[in-house]
Amino acid sequence: MNWLAVVSIFCAAMAVSFGAIGPALAEGRAVAAAMDAIARQPESASTISRTLFVGLAMIETMAIYCLVIALLLLFANPLLK
Amino acid sequence: MIASPLTSVALFHLGPVPITTGVVTTWALMGVLVLGGALVSRRLSLVPSARQAFFELIVDTVDSQIRDTMRVEPGPYRAFIGTLFIFIFVANWTTLLPGIEPPTAHLETDAALAILVFVAVIWFGIRAGGVRGYLATFATPSPIMIPLNFLESLTRTFSLLVRLFGNVMSGVFVIGIVLSLAGLLVPIPLMALDLLTGAVQAYIFAILAMVFIAGTLHEGPPAPDPRKPS
Repeated sequence: MNWLAVVSIFCAAMAVSFGAIGPALAEGRAVAAAMDAIARQPESASTISRTLFVGLAMIETMAIYCLVIALLLLFANPLLK
Repeated sequence: MIASPLTSVALFHLGPVPITTGVVTTWALMGVLVLGGALVSRRLSLVPSARQAFFELIVDTVDSQIRDTMRVEPGPYRAFIGTLFIFIFVANWTTLLPGIEPPTAHLETDAALAILVFVAVIWFGIRAGGVRGYLATFATPSPIMIPLNFLESLTRTFSLLVRLFGNVMSGVFVIGIVLSLAGLLVPIPLMALDLLTGAVQAYIFAILAMVFIAGTLHEGPPAPDPRKPS
């Protein structure tokens, strides 16, 4: 196995592990804020949860991008052809 | 070695066109949905039976979501948004059937759906405000934003595609890995999580399509009222 493959695998793991930190923290904050808002105003729970879901999907996309980059490195690496 | 999730193998060739398993599954789903829709709506009565009430509930939920998110009457958007939601939902849940991979776990299907949303945004935008009104939405809030708005309309389509693909594909992928490590009963909680993700992603895809369409409706100048004689 040449060094390029080793670096690719290492970078794929790095991309997923570090790319998950930011979205995880952000989703935690978003859910905490939404819980707080629902606890204060239970009557607007449906609007808050709908907005929360959309926001979570937006945040989650960052982690998904990292996953796609990792999969590109592992399965469709143009340098390893 | 696990097969790459980014490529799909051709099942057979129809002339020069390679037909993949995803395409076959998609067409089967489409057939089932169209036939089911035709059967369900064949004998509608004013006093609904239990079955009709169930499907009316679905349509009603889609309507109320459109009304809440887009702040318009759901009439012109119900067909597009509802079809998107129901198709993605059913496609994501085909993981339940053994031997069938959800077509949304492949890049092509998601790309097609995202391009549909991209075209629908232009279509509904032009229908609401005319070509000039639609182009004017790019210049909000100021003409300096034109390149950014234009770029955004492309990148948000791309992110729509990558989000659905990444979520569904990662679910299928993780189940494949766990299945190769430990066979019986171990992947079941992950499959349950996968069903939840599939439902949420279908909902989010529909909601985001609504948000994008509503963006072109409300940012432009107010459309002339067609009922008002001028």
